[in-house]
Amino acid sequence: MRKILIIGATSAIAEASARVWANRGAALYLVGRDPARVAAIAADLRIRGAAIVAHEAQDLNDFAAHEAMLDRAALALGGFDIVLIAHGRLEDQRACEESVDLAMQEIRINALSVVAVCTRIAPRLSAQGGGTLAVLSSIAGDRGRRSNYVYGSAKALVSAYLSGLRQRLHSSGVQVLTIKPGPVDTPMTAALRKGPLWASPQSVAAGIVRGIERRRDVIYLPGFWRPIMWIVRGIPEGLFKRIRL
Amino acid sequence: MARGQPRLVCSWGNVARGTHSVYRLSSRFEDFPSLPAHTSILPFGNGRSYGDSCLNVGGALLDMRSMDRFIHFDAQRGTLRCEAGVQLGEILRIVAPAGWLPCVLPGTQYVTVGGAIANDVHGKNHHRDGSFGCHVTQFELLRSNGERLLCSPQTNSDALAATIGGLGLTGVITWAELQLTRVAGPWMAVESVRCRDLGELLALTSASSQSHAYTVAWVDCAARRKRLGRGILQRANPADDGGAARPAASRRWLAVPFTPPVSMLNPAMTRVFNALHYTRHSAPMRSIQHYQQFFFPLDGIRHWNRLYGPRGFYQYQCAVPRDGAGDSIRRLLEATAASGEGSSLAVLKFFGERPSPGLLSFPRPGVTLALDFPNRGARLERLFARLDAIVAEAGGRLYPAKDARMPASLFRAGYPQWQTFSRFVDARCSSSFWQRVMADA
Ligand SMILES: Cc1cc2nc3c(=O)[nH]c(=O)nc-3n(C[C@H](O)[C@H](O)[C@H](O)COP(=O)(O)OP(=O)(O)OC[C@H]3O[C@@H](n4cnc5c(N)ncnc54)[C@H](O)[C@@H]3O)c2cc1C
Ligand SMILES: NC(=O)c1ccc[n+]([C@@H]2O[C@H](COP(=O)([O-])OP(=O)(O)OC[C@H]3O[C@@H](n4cnc5c(N)ncnc54)[C@H](OP(=O)(O)O)[C@@H]3O)[C@@H](O)[C@H]2O)c1
Repeated sequence: MRKILIIGATSAIAEASARVWANRGAALYLVGRDPARVAAIAADLRIRGAAIVAHEAQDLNDFAAHEAMLDRAALALGGFDIVLIAHGRLEDQRACEESVDLAMQEIRINALSVVAVCTRIAPRLSAQGGGTLAVLSSIAGDRGRRSNYVYGSAKALVSAYLSGLRQRLHSSGVQVLTIKPGPVDTPMTAALRKGPLWASPQSVAAGIVRGIERRRDVIYLPGFWRPIMWIVRGIPEGLFKRIRL
Repeated sequence: MARGQPRLVCSWGNVARGTHSVYRLSSRFEDFPSLPAHTSILPFGNGRSYGDSCLNVGGALLDMRSMDRFIHFDAQRGTLRCEAGVQLGEILRIVAPAGWLPCVLPGTQYVTVGGAIANDVHGKNHHRDGSFGCHVTQFELLRSNGERLLCSPQTNSDALAATIGGLGLTGVITWAELQLTRVAGPWMAVESVRCRDLGELLALTSASSQSHAYTVAWVDCAARRKRLGRGILQRANPADDGGAARPAASRRWLAVPFTPPVSMLNPAMTRVFNALHYTRHSAPMRSIQHYQQFFFPLDGIRHWNRLYGPRGFYQYQCAVPRDGAGDSIRRLLEATAASGEGSSLAVLKFFGERPSPGLLSFPRPGVTLALDFPNRGARLERLFARLDAIVAEAGGRLYPAKDARMPASLFRAGYPQWQTFSRFVDARCSSSFWQRVMADA
């Protein structure tokens, strides 16, 4: 029975992943902001076959509360095989350009809260001598683009942080997985116009579960984003600044 | 702020289609979406309705498929509460291993609970257990004004009667509670019996209604004169002996990967197919089948509707009252055979006495006949007009879930409670079907 902590458990991508694990009889600890919605997801996962589902409501912007939350989760599960971090938000880029406050909030929830909680998770996994830390970054972090660079720069911070953490935890047998989805059709992107390159939360979840099983380091979901982002990263800055992306 | 996604949506028959602005509800805690002024909306289940009753062309659709959480399953009492976007196949995966099945299952498992309620669907056991709505113990209805009504036979029973079979027009069902039925295991003892003509088919179906929980008859539509109405009756009861080695659950093993340029199911082919199918069953055949195979034989082929080509297909499903049913069915089959249109699939079932709870529920005591036809334009519509006349004369009705063309007059004659119903229609809800049958009402 796998022991899995999910932070940001009300995210559509996290929920779809949790269903795969519930189906296999995992023990789950769910952390999300909205108490009614976390409780509803917990009830659903129990019916779908999870062995144990415990949950709590927590605003992840409250960094000081992270330690006690992790203590409760560790106690409930008896350690962690997998920690999935999936919370996040996507503000309108224009609005972030006009409001320092909004831009800071965007960085705080998408980047700083992730660093805060990972900093506390890392020694726990390393002391266990194994386990997986899987974190939702994004292809948006691979290169700042005018259409979403505030969000993107927060994700870039997460990706860089995880790359260093991976080196640090490698010798203790901990897998650090950076997950970089392309656009996914979830509540976060409800306001955006969808196109053919969009993925479903179910297919992204399947990729996450697979990436963990295969002990991968960095995954792009769907996989075609890897070559695309390789090209996007390769465009010289002098040219890049002239194109609309 | 969520926005509607412009999308081309078509229903199962591929004849009704059009651009919609698609919104989504992802959980029962969300509010009714706020819409631009003068835009109407229709809840959308899994699009397994054949015609335009699940579409609202030019308006908005509210996609319910990601609102699909289980809420409570009582494995002792067999009650299940879930959000309305959960599909029946998902329910089966959870409840069947615990020894329960939904009381009523239509011919495909890819329908949502909300869709099953809004069409008050029926199964092969209507003669015994009534329609889907008979086993819905309560549900929540979310109206566009934000009101949430808990509906049960005890509370808001008028809204309950309007919403069961209410074609999505009374608001959004957010969650529902179902009473399930006990089964000893996943197996069905199935028997197929060949009948030489309509008289024999109806007599045997009627007799089997007493002895068997499930009955359904396949009719050879190409047969005429003395053989008119010949077919194969399939009847079944749950098999209660476990233990023995059984065939595995059927899996989806075939798919129609794309729509061929023309229909693969033309009249000549269906004539041959029908004759072969009839001949194959010369002696009664008994078998033990997994419930998947028994309830959902068509689900074995993914996207089978594509076989009808880009012009799509129609299903004509009517119900005629018990008195005089034999005569009406005979006339319907005669008209079909005489037209040379070649129905590719014809299915006949008995509807029992148990009253359907909805004001617009389709099932009523009598006989129902469903005929599939590739879309061949005006010629087919001429046949439909003849069939309509027979149904109207018999005091029967057509099934909105399957319909893309019935005249408004036939709808109003078949559903005399439509005026009572229309008082419950939500101010922001509409559908292509509703606009069609309410034109100049
Ligand atoms: C192969 C096949 C076999 C079938 N066999 C049978 C059969 O044996 N018996 C039978 O009765 N039918 C049968 N059907 C028809 C099918 O069961 C119905 O059309 C069913 O209602 C489809 O459900 P859906 O979830 O796809 O809903 P949709 O087709 O998307 O919508 C159906 C209606 O439900 C409404 N609706 C959907 N969700 C909600 C909600 N949450 N709240 C309020 N309204 C809602 C919609 O507005 C629409 O009016 C069959 C269909 C197929 C494709
Ligand atoms: N969707 C995409 O296109 C896409 C692409 C690449 C990467 N990602 C990343 O994937 C992850 C999951 O996103 P998603 O697409 O599944 O979107 P989602 O369904 O909107 O999930 C985001 C979740 O984060 C939660 N959250 C936001 N702020 C929080 C806070 N302060 N405290 C606790 N929880 C908070 C939200 O909770 P509330 O609902 O309570 O606000 C919500 O459940 C995110 O990290 C996102 O950046 C998404």
